Amino acid sequence: MSEKGEKIICRCNDVTLEEIEALIDQGVTDIETIKRLLRVGMGPCQGRTCIPMIISIIARKTGKKPDEIKLPTTRIPVRPVPAGVLVGEMDEE
Amino acid sequence: MKSKAEVVVIGGGSTGTSIAYHLAKLGVDVVLVEKGYLGSGSTFRCATGIRQQFTDEANIKLQRYNIERWKKLSEELEYDVNFKQTGYLFLATTEEEVEAFKENIKLHNKFDVPTRLISPEEAKEIVPPLNVDEFLAGQWNPTDGKANPFKTVFAFARKAKELGAEIYEYTEVIDVIAENNEVKGVKTDKGTIKADVVINAANAWAPIINEMVGLDKEFIPIKPYKHQLVKTEPLKEGQIDPLVCPPAWNDSYLLQDGEDGGVLCGTGLEYGPTYDMTATYEFLREVLKWATKIVPALKYAHVIRQWAGFYAKTPDSNPAIGKINYIDGFYIAAGFSGHGFMMAPGVGEAMAELIVKGETKVPLDWDWYDPHRFERGELRSAAFQIG
Repeated sequence: MSEKGEKIICRCNDVTLEEIEALIDQGVTDIETIKRLLRVGMGPCQGRTCIPMIISIIARKTGKKPDEIKLPTTRIPVRPVPAGVLVGEMDEE
Repeated sequence: MKSKAEVVVIGGGSTGTSIAYHLAKLGVDVVLVEKGYLGSGSTFRCATGIRQQFTDEANIKLQRYNIERWKKLSEELEYDVNFKQTGYLFLATTEEEVEAFKENIKLHNKFDVPTRLISPEEAKEIVPPLNVDEFLAGQWNPTDGKANPFKTVFAFARKAKELGAEIYEYTEVIDVIAENNEVKGVKTDKGTIKADVVINAANAWAPIINEMVGLDKEFIPIKPYKHQLVKTEPLKEGQIDPLVCPPAWNDSYLLQDGEDGGVLCGTGLEYGPTYDMTATYEFLREVLKWATKIVPALKYAHVIRQWAGFYAKTPDSNPAIGKINYIDGFYIAAGFSGHGFMMAPGVGEAMAELIVKGETKVPLDWDWYDPHRFERGELRSAAFQIG
């Protein structure tokens, strides 16, 4: 892993541009693997911020077209929900 | 793509990548094919737990050995797989369960697994936010643990490649070639690879591979059952380090992810047999009902993710590991019934040694896991399963 850089791409899990580029330079170019090794797109924002940027980074570094890069599965819930709301013991604030 | 190899491994999960690594380490020319990306079948969907607390000798002995492998795995693979010995804590809600725990503990201790009975007070010291009011005792083994499935598969694959293995992702096996009951190779959607040995490590999809080679799909009756997990936002570390499970509460369990501190919550509600992987709202409600009973403060934690994966179950919840006697050169390591990840290092080592040397130093009971036991109607006692 390279030194942590300054440009944060995934704000939920504090992943930097340098870390993503370093992984791609090691030959890991599949967004599914990048996602899981760096935990990008797996935080509370569900990848809304980082996934489009990561697609453009992969596209730039590998020469692929952005629309050739398949989006990882979106998980439910779409927005974070307190567990107490889901069991019916709390109201959502 | 290579057109020839000594061994082809079908399936790039923790089992397949471990087998490929161990074969490459023994100097075997090995190719692994995976229809999706590595880990995409079941490994990356698992709850990350690694335990020795089974209720039969074969699984306890194998897992006792595996813990030693896990402890040294990061060093061996030169990649941090984030293995942590944070323990497994089972909780009893009735006197009958406490008695059963005592029997389990005797069996564990006999095979050098240091499980012990603890009081609710001690359980609360280990898991501070635990609701101890409803529990009578705990069955606690601090030497069980958890690891990162993503990093483990990546590390096995990376090292295997360094040692000369070839790994083809997004490559689907469409036929296993056999002539006169001898394996000759595999046909994939990207080309044919000739090989005298083929290993079926496809777990939930293993029956499909067995059919390709001409075996009846009920010969090893592995069925895919959909299980699910829910994950909360990251919480302060050290709250729920061990896997905590009151088996009487529908096998519900929870533990903090060893990477980011989010809480993984599972329960026994399953669907199937099915290859459908859609997450269900019914599960979300059910799992949180139990999770918030075990740790009431979880009510205030936000749920951020839910996903599904398969327990590739056999009728006795024990995997089928070994040689298929009907077809020379055809082997299987599949049907792990929810235990594939935790068993992967030792199973990969044992399979590689079986193929190269005809025997293994791994304490893996080949008779117990015999793939032919189903057709003989010899089921084992059910492997203790959670979730």
